[in-house]
Amino acid sequence: MCGIVGLFLKNAALRPDLGRHLSRMLVEMGDRGPDSAGFAVYRRPAAEGAVKITLFHPDPAFHWEALATAFGLALDAATTAAQRGNHAVLTTAAAEAPARAWLARQHPEVRVMGFGRSIEVFKDMGGPEAVARRFDLAGMDGTHALGHTRMATESAVTTEHSHPFAVGSELCLVHNGSLSNHNRLRRNLARAGIRFDTDNDSEVAAGYFAHRLQQGDSLADAMRAGLDDLDGFYTFAVGTREGFAVLRDPVACKPAILAETDDWVAMGSEWKAIAPLPGADRAKVWEPEPATVYAWGRA
Amino acid sequence: MITVDLEETSVRDLNQRLHDLPGDTNERTWTVVNPGGRHALLAGLTLPLAVTVRGHVGYYCAGMNEAADVVIDGHAGVGVAENIMSGSVRVRGNASQAAAASGHGGLVVIEGDASARCGISMKGVDIVVGGSVGHMSAFMAQAGRLVVCGDAGGDLGDSLYEAVIYVQGTVASLGADCEEQPMADADRAAVAELLARAGIAGDPARFRRYGSARQLYHFHVDHADAY
Repeated sequence: MCGIVGLFLKNAALRPDLGRHLSRMLVEMGDRGPDSAGFAVYRRPAAEGAVKITLFHPDPAFHWEALATAFGLALDAATTAAQRGNHAVLTTAAAEAPARAWLARQHPEVRVMGFGRSIEVFKDMGGPEAVARRFDLAGMDGTHALGHTRMATESAVTTEHSHPFAVGSELCLVHNGSLSNHNRLRRNLARAGIRFDTDNDSEVAAGYFAHRLQQGDSLADAMRAGLDDLDGFYTFAVGTREGFAVLRDPVACKPAILAETDDWVAMGSEWKAIAPLPGADRAKVWEPEPATVYAWGRA
Repeated sequence: MITVDLEETSVRDLNQRLHDLPGDTNERTWTVVNPGGRHALLAGLTLPLAVTVRGHVGYYCAGMNEAADVVIDGHAGVGVAENIMSGSVRVRGNASQAAAASGHGGLVVIEGDASARCGISMKGVDIVVGGSVGHMSAFMAQAGRLVVCGDAGGDLGDSLYEAVIYVQGTVASLGADCEEQPMADADRAAVAELLARAGIAGDPARFRRYGSARQLYHFHVDHADAY
């Protein structure tokens, strides 16, 4: 069992409060996943030609400023670091491949949690209330966000094994369920150049969608293709720069509920997660059908 | 009328208070506000109470209901009215999967859509859905009637026993051993009576009947090799 939540704001006036709302949603899903929690927030896009790289170091006292300075000098790119808990968001004009290569060489203990112009990814062990507080989720603005509370069934409980998984640029995935063909898929995707950091099944789904998008699929097409290629139980929520999409497997034994008002679209494993949102009482509420892609994005 | 606010009272306390009512109580009309999607609300009621919940409820609301008439003025999560024995449960919004699962009696009304597995293993309950039902509805349904005013998802009535299904709209596919059967006058009368009790408008003449072909659940000596 895990809990997943997603919130897409249609009304720009709510954006300053995105983190506060997502935080409440996440805390409501604490019973479904007390092992670890995480979230991806799409906010404050980096300038044209620049990207944000969310990094994790197990030592909360790690000197991020020093890393940013050395990184900027080595790659000849203007770089800043903004620390949140044991994570930091590096904003840089460096390209992805040399950036990853430098980090892997100079700081093999540092993990890349998210990569893209808008996405920031934070995740850690512990219940959602503690994790949200650690990263000051409530203080974050943004356009849309996904979150996850994990009850591990398939692989270890570590920060790296927590959700969301952000395998491709601007892409992240949260998953409730389990996949049964992830080992073979991981090998195939690795051969196609997709890199994986853990042995977790959900990361393979994230890598699968990232690969399909690289091949030119739209997110909705990639998710529909997943119905044939991903074997197992799942409710997925997948975020991109423009919005997010939800998909349940054809048997649909993992729960999901969707709600929409003029101001927002929300998904949750249970209504409890959506109930605290403003105007939730007047929302249109329904259970998403199996094997059907639901997607929202900015026009 | 007694009003209970679940922002101030726990679900456990509310349920206990309802369970502790004496049979001759005159506290028969209750309203529950701020349900907030909490689970197991109003489980195991055994008295003829009238309880209205204002808002959306979580899992297994009004499970095992006996005699009480429950109205959920919102969406109902997984397994609403699970194992209902008698009385009635009405959902004014949509319902998540497994509505009225294994219900033995009484009436369950979903005014909106019900999701997958509506009436799974029903054992005598009557269910009226104003909208559509999801896949695998009435799976292994043993007794009772499921009336669907909209459409039915795939594998309707799979492994059906003696429950009867009436659908006004389209059926995506029938499950194993479920077949369309002729609508008799008695069927039209049954649909009319159920729609009237549910307070849902509909023309009984437009419904089709689905029932068990009875090929699956009787042991047949010619099939002995298959076991």
